[in-house]
Amino acid sequence: MLDAQQLWSPICLTLELAVITTVLLLVVGTPIGWWLARSRARWKEAMAAVVAMPLVLPPTVLGFYLLLLLGPNGPGGWVAPLWGARTVAFTFEGLVLGSVLYSMPFVVQPIRNAFEAIGDRPLEVAATLRASPMDAFWSVAVPLARPGFLTGAVLGFAHTVGEFGVVLMIGGNIPNETKVLSVAIYDYVETQQWTEAHILAGGMVVFSFLVILAMFTLEKRIGRSRR
Amino acid sequence: MTSDAGAISVSLSGVLGDFSLSAAFDVPARGVTSLFGSSGCGKTTVLRCLAGLQRLSGRVIIDGEVWQDSEAGIFLPPHERHTGYVFQEASLFPHLSVKNNLLYGARRVRQSSGRHEGPDLDGVVDLLGIRHLLDRATTTLSGGERQRVAVGRALLSAPRVLLMDEPLSALDRMTKDELLPYFERLHEQLSLPILYVSHDLAEVERLADTLVLMQNGRVIASGALGELQTDPSLPLLSAPEATVVLEGRVESIDDRYALTTLTVPGARLTVPGRHGAAGDKRRLSIAASDVSLARSAPTDSTILNCLPARIVSIEGREDTPQVSVILALGDGARDNRIAARITRKSLEHLNFRPGDHVFAQIKSVALVAARAASDAAEQV
Repeated sequence: MLDAQQLWSPICLTLELAVITTVLLLVVGTPIGWWLARSRARWKEAMAAVVAMPLVLPPTVLGFYLLLLLGPNGPGGWVAPLWGARTVAFTFEGLVLGSVLYSMPFVVQPIRNAFEAIGDRPLEVAATLRASPMDAFWSVAVPLARPGFLTGAVLGFAHTVGEFGVVLMIGGNIPNETKVLSVAIYDYVETQQWTEAHILAGGMVVFSFLVILAMFTLEKRIGRSRR
Repeated sequence: MTSDAGAISVSLSGVLGDFSLSAAFDVPARGVTSLFGSSGCGKTTVLRCLAGLQRLSGRVIIDGEVWQDSEAGIFLPPHERHTGYVFQEASLFPHLSVKNNLLYGARRVRQSSGRHEGPDLDGVVDLLGIRHLLDRATTTLSGGERQRVAVGRALLSAPRVLLMDEPLSALDRMTKDELLPYFERLHEQLSLPILYVSHDLAEVERLADTLVLMQNGRVIASGALGELQTDPSLPLLSAPEATVVLEGRVESIDDRYALTTLTVPGARLTVPGRHGAAGDKRRLSIAASDVSLARSAPTDSTILNCLPARIVSIEGREDTPQVSVILALGDGARDNRIAARITRKSLEHLNFRPGDHVFAQIKSVALVAARAASDAAEQV
């Protein structure tokens, strides 16, 4: 007895979360990646380590601190009353924040690498051709770093889709609000609804394969057009 | 602070890592000025400071425009300086077509000034022979084509001065020979001053009017190329390949023997081959080792060029087998100097002294790249 509505809800919610997170990550990750690539500040690598920490940190640890941060007794609890809520934890917005932090290294690292690979020269050329630093950034650095943006976006999106630990800690399991795919699968298995679990899990396998394949193909195409 | 228009006035000093640089020179804001010196002497650093890509304290004044004056707290960022910069590697933007590379600077100049400035695309494209490349991707160009596009891109940004940082050194011999004529045309056809960094004397002889000689982060001399080549205090004269460049004009062409006679101030020189037409400018170079001296005019020699000259000075240490003799051609109304390399034995045997009138026998006079330049000019 399949309930299509019940299956679709986590899929849509997950896609929505991943799209919003990816867009936010590109917006936030670009200046961070640029700064990490170009700055000569001595504490730059410390900053890079902070951004990369979710790579090694157990998601539950990140989730735990986020829970304290967003919960009714943390800063989240202080700002939530502004829009009449009690807490930011266990909301979709809280989930977005958690995802952005958790997927940050997967977006920032490729963007930083791409900016570093450009080197100083193209920007110097642009400057001698009357391009202001901002102009050179948009007209030279961003187009040249395109492969990095693409890789970052794909990785950030895919990683957000697959996240489980953080969601469990700060999202809970509220249908249509925080019950995303990975949690839904866990739920189905817990309640021994194997068919539903199979559909979602199998879908994820296919999805992951397609994402990776698309990324490899695109990278190869860009690489060829640059040669 | 007064600064005369018509000059490029540079004075920079500072420390970069363990390298200290202190360079000052004033050169005319016209023609080609070559910053010449061995690798690592700081010439590229000077050029980068002129463009504002690097910062040392001091002054940079281009034809009356102050780009940097540390005392007055002036430092224009690179994009506000009207330079055209040609890097060692062409550094074309790989994401833009050749045409959009060329127009990258031109569009920005027009945006900021609101009007069309500098040369137009058609003129530059023809000057550099790159019309057939316009719609190509930059990745499909050869090394020489890339560098020509880079020069065109710099020219189209309406610079006050063109800065070229060893634009040929990353290229092979054949590509260099393909490019040099185009550079000579820039020199002939544009009124734009060019600062040309090089460590290759052959390039300097072909292109430079003025020379700034650098050594270990210092400017050891600057002035007209011919003057510095015959300056006994400089290493150019004592080098084994010491050469002097003369500016000549074609006087006549002997069709029967295929010889061209050119006038240089104070003398007339004949070179094999038909070169240009009467009145054309040509650059000649005479190697010191190709010049020998005689007390009297030889009447039975195969050497075509035997010129009356006066010994200005004799340079060389006591213990060297050879000495350099600086000669003034003609009767010295307007000195045009050349150098001769002779043995100390001959010097003492013939008892040459400064002030003596002698005959300089020139075994070979080289036309500096005139053939390629005239070929390129005929293509237009």
